[in-house]
Amino acid sequence: MVTESASEFETQDLLLNVGPQHPSTHGVFRMVMQVDGEVVREVIPYIGYLHRGAEKLCETMDYRQGIGFMDRTEYLAAMNAELSYVMAVETLAELEVPERAQWIRMILVELNRLASHLMFMGAFGVDVGVFGTPFIYAWREREAVIDLFEEISGDRMMYAYLRPGGLAWDVPTNFVPRVREVLTAVRQGIADFDGLLTKNEIFIARTKGVGVISAADAIDFGMSGPSIRASGVPLDVRREEPYLKYNDINWNVITRTEGDVYARYLCRLDEMRESVKIVEQCLERLQPGAIMPEKMPRMLRTPPGEIYVRTEAPRGEFGVYLVSKGGNRPHRLKVRSACLSNLQALRHMTIGSYVADALIVLGSIDIVLSEVDR
Amino acid sequence: MRGIAKSMLTTLSVFIRPPVTRFYPDVHRPLPERDRAFPLLLWDKEIDEPFCTGCHACERACPVECMTVLMKDNPNHKSVGGTSGRRKIIDKFWIDYARCMRCNICVEVCNFDAIAMNNTWAGHETSVHDRKDLVMDLQQLTTLSHNGAIKEWVPVLGKANEA
Ligand code: SF4
Ligand code: SF4
Repeated sequence: MVTESASEFETQDLLLNVGPQHPSTHGVFRMVMQVDGEVVREVIPYIGYLHRGAEKLCETMDYRQGIGFMDRTEYLAAMNAELSYVMAVETLAELEVPERAQWIRMILVELNRLASHLMFMGAFGVDVGVFGTPFIYAWREREAVIDLFEEISGDRMMYAYLRPGGLAWDVPTNFVPRVREVLTAVRQGIADFDGLLTKNEIFIARTKGVGVISAADAIDFGMSGPSIRASGVPLDVRREEPYLKYNDINWNVITRTEGDVYARYLCRLDEMRESVKIVEQCLERLQPGAIMPEKMPRMLRTPPGEIYVRTEAPRGEFGVYLVSKGGNRPHRLKVRSACLSNLQALRHMTIGSYVADALIVLGSIDIVLSEVDR
Repeated sequence: MRGIAKSMLTTLSVFIRPPVTRFYPDVHRPLPERDRAFPLLLWDKEIDEPFCTGCHACERACPVECMTVLMKDNPNHKSVGGTSGRRKIIDKFWIDYARCMRCNICVEVCNFDAIAMNNTWAGHETSVHDRKDLVMDLQQLTTLSHNGAIKEWVPVLGKANEA
C-alpha cells in the first residue's frame, strides 16, 4: 500500500550545483549533481575555469622561460612538474645530467611529494569533516618543507630551480643537515596523522567502502598514482620506467586492494613513509661534484624530434610530450595531467552514493585544478 | 572508541608542544638570503650610479615582457670628463611588478650583475590600492640598494659549491 500511495506523487530529481567556488572543490571546479533525496543519480563535471593556455604559452618561449610555466601547471608539486619538462628537453638535446644533480633532484622531488601529500591529508581531513585540525597539522610540516625549498631555490612554490642539464645553482652548504631536520619534522607529522585519523572510528565510518573503484575500471579510466594503487594495481612510473636513480635504492611500491577512499588515504600515508626512506638513502649517496654538464651552450637548442617523458608526480603520471623542429623553443608541448584522467573516474565512483560522500570522493583523488585545466 | 581516544591523545600531545606560528605582521620571520621577491636594480656606490647599462638583455629574456628599458649616453663617462667607465647607462627603467612572475631569468642573463631579486620583507609587502602603482620606475627600483638596505644574492649559475 505504501509503495502505491508513494507513486501517486510525482517526484523530480533536483539539480544541485557545487562550485565553481566551493571549499571542497580544491580550486575552481564545478559539478552539477542530479540528486534524488540524498542519493546522487548523475554527476556532470565542468572544468576549464583555470585554463591559462600554459602549453601554448610555452611554445612561444625558449626552454628556460618555459620552466616557470611548468611550475604553475602543478603548483602543489612544482618540482615534479619541472622535472618532467627538463627531462624531456634533456632527452631531446642529449644532455648528460651529472650524478650530484640527479641525487639532489631526487631529494627535491621526494620532498615535494611529501609536501603535496601533507597538503592532501589536510584538505582531505577538512572534506571528511574533521574541520581545522588536520589542516593545521599538515600546514605545520608542509611549512618545514617549503621553508627548505625557499632556502634552496628562493621561492616557496614556484621554484624555477631545475634547468635542462642539472640545477640552476647549487644547494646551500648546510643542505644535508637541513634536509635531515625537515625529515624529522615530517616523520613527526606522519605519526600525528596516523594517530589522528587512521584508527579513528568516525573517520573510518566516513571513508571505508565509499567511492570504490575496481582495478579493471581504474585501468580503463586511465587513472594513475595513489588513486590506482589503492585499487591494487602496482603502477608506479618510478618502478616501471625508472628515471633519476630510483633503481639504485631500496623502496617499495605501496598498494592496497580495497579501492575505496580509505585505501587511498592509507596509500598516501604509507607512500610518505617510503618517500622519507628514499630521501634518507639519497642523502647518504650524495657526493660533491658538478651540477651542470661541462659544456652548456648559452642558449639551449634541440635537434628536431619528439619525445614523451613521464614521471611519477604525487597525483600520478605526469607526462610531457615535446615536439621540436630545431631551435630554442618547443614546436608543440602537451602536458599529460594525472588529475584530469583521475577526474574521469569521479562520475563512476559517485553515482549511487550520498551527496556528502561525493565530496569525499572528489577529495580523495586529490585534484589540482590548475593541472586539470592548464 | 579506542580509535577516537587515540585521536584525542594525539591532539593533546600536539597541544602541549610549543607553537610554530608567529604574530605576523608584528613579528617577521627572518628570510633566507636566496629569497626571491621582485627584481631590483643595484647601485654602484663607488661611482654613484646604477650598475645597469641598459643593454636590454633582461628585457628580451623576460618571459612575460614586464620590463621596459631605455638607455642613454652616460653623462659621467670618462670621455666627457666624468669618473665612470660605463659608456652607456640606464635612462629609464620600468618593471611591472603586477606582471612579473619572479622567475629570476633577468638576474641570470644580466652580464653586469646589475639586477637582483629583492630578498627583504619590503619586496613581499607590496600591496597597493591601484594596480598601476605596481609599475616601478628607475628611482623606486634603485632606492633600496642606494640606501644600502639590501644585501643582495646573485646566483652563481651552474657552479657547484667549493668542496
Ligand atoms: S639590468 Fe642588466 S641585463 Fe638588464 S638592461 Fe641593465 S645591464 Fe642589461
Ligand atoms: S623575474 Fe622574470 S618575470 Fe620578473 S622581471 Fe625578471 S625576467 Fe621578468
